Amino acid sequence: MTRALPPFQRFLDANREPVWRFLVSSVGPHEAEDCFQETFISALRAYPRLRPDSNLRAWVMTIAHRKALDAHRGRARRAVPLADPEAAGGRVQEAPPGRDETLWRAVGDLPARQRSAVVLRYIADLPHRDIAQAIGCSEEAARRSLHEGLAKLRKAVPA
Amino acid sequence: MNEQIETALRGGPTGEEDLAREACAAAGRLAERIGDEGLADVAFAAVDSPFGRLHAAVTRRGLVRVAFPEEDPDTLLEGLARRISPRIVESPKRLDDVRRELEDYFDGRRRDFDVSLDWSLIGPFGRRVLRATSEIPYGGSLSYAEVAAEAGSPRGSRAAGNALGANPIPIVIPCHRVLRSGGALGGYGGGLDRKRWLLELEGALTPPPDGRG
Repeated sequence: MTRALPPFQRFLDANREPVWRFLVSSVGPHEAEDCFQETFISALRAYPRLRPDSNLRAWVMTIAHRKALDAHRGRARRAVPLADPEAAGGRVQEAPPGRDETLWRAVGDLPARQRSAVVLRYIADLPHRDIAQAIGCSEEAARRSLHEGLAKLRKAVPA
Repeated sequence: MNEQIETALRGGPTGEEDLAREACAAAGRLAERIGDEGLADVAFAAVDSPFGRLHAAVTRRGLVRVAFPEEDPDTLLEGLARRISPRIVESPKRLDDVRRELEDYFDGRRRDFDVSLDWSLIGPFGRRVLRATSEIPYGGSLSYAEVAAEAGSPRGSRAAGNALGANPIPIVIPCHRVLRSGGALGGYGGGLDRKRWLLELEGALTPPPDGRG
């Protein structure tokens, strides 16, 4: 029998955790929900057109990576009116709370590609080949982004 | 230090269990939204019954599949993905009508089903046989030969039996109402005990005096 795409529900069951981990780590807990929904709804729309032998994990991470970039861009745009003191007063803490806030704030401050490479590697546990596919670069460039990202984090987080 | 950073990163921004639980909850909300907005081609859910946990699936056209508890859900979903569409999600809400009608039926409060049906899993001959079957009223029965004749194949009672055995929407398309000429039960995809139970529920069979079944 030829391989068929798994039912979407099974694809969701198998990928919800890595996608959620990736999004919480890269856009923070507040925006993770919207990004998560948009990621899987985009995936659902495109799903029947996928080739059955596609790397589904790398594919959904590509979508999640794009949604995370959109969220970061949206945040940058929204940051402008924060000069307004009233709005600035209501500003929420963007870094995810937890065991090591300094580290996660530093992750959030990384350039987009480095941030995605770090989070895809350590949070979503993707191999370099899949990270390259997800962020749309060569495997070598993905390794380099990961390396540079880690170097910045090492500097930002005191030992 | 490098390793420390890597270990801290792997731990994630919140605890492992929290992440797993949140991911599960987010996926549940997502599946519900997909169901509500009609974005999936097939929605499925578990439906409790006196036989145990059934699974039912609907498309935009209607009820397409009812599966007895022995059927492995993964095999069921893979079949639906292959034969209808891989865009299939678990969406209990979209099965509310089906669930309610089945509950009423099992409680003896409903004699006919009103949910619309999707016949796309049924071939041309099967459609003729199962359409004839769905005309058999509650409490009634026909023989395999009579159903075959209704379906336009008077000598096709064996083929009709096969089509009934392959009924993808048992209970709702009442293939349990087809018996051998002479009244013997014949066969049933869900097992003869269930066929007997359904016929007794409908008053087509009298339960044995010792209350068995």
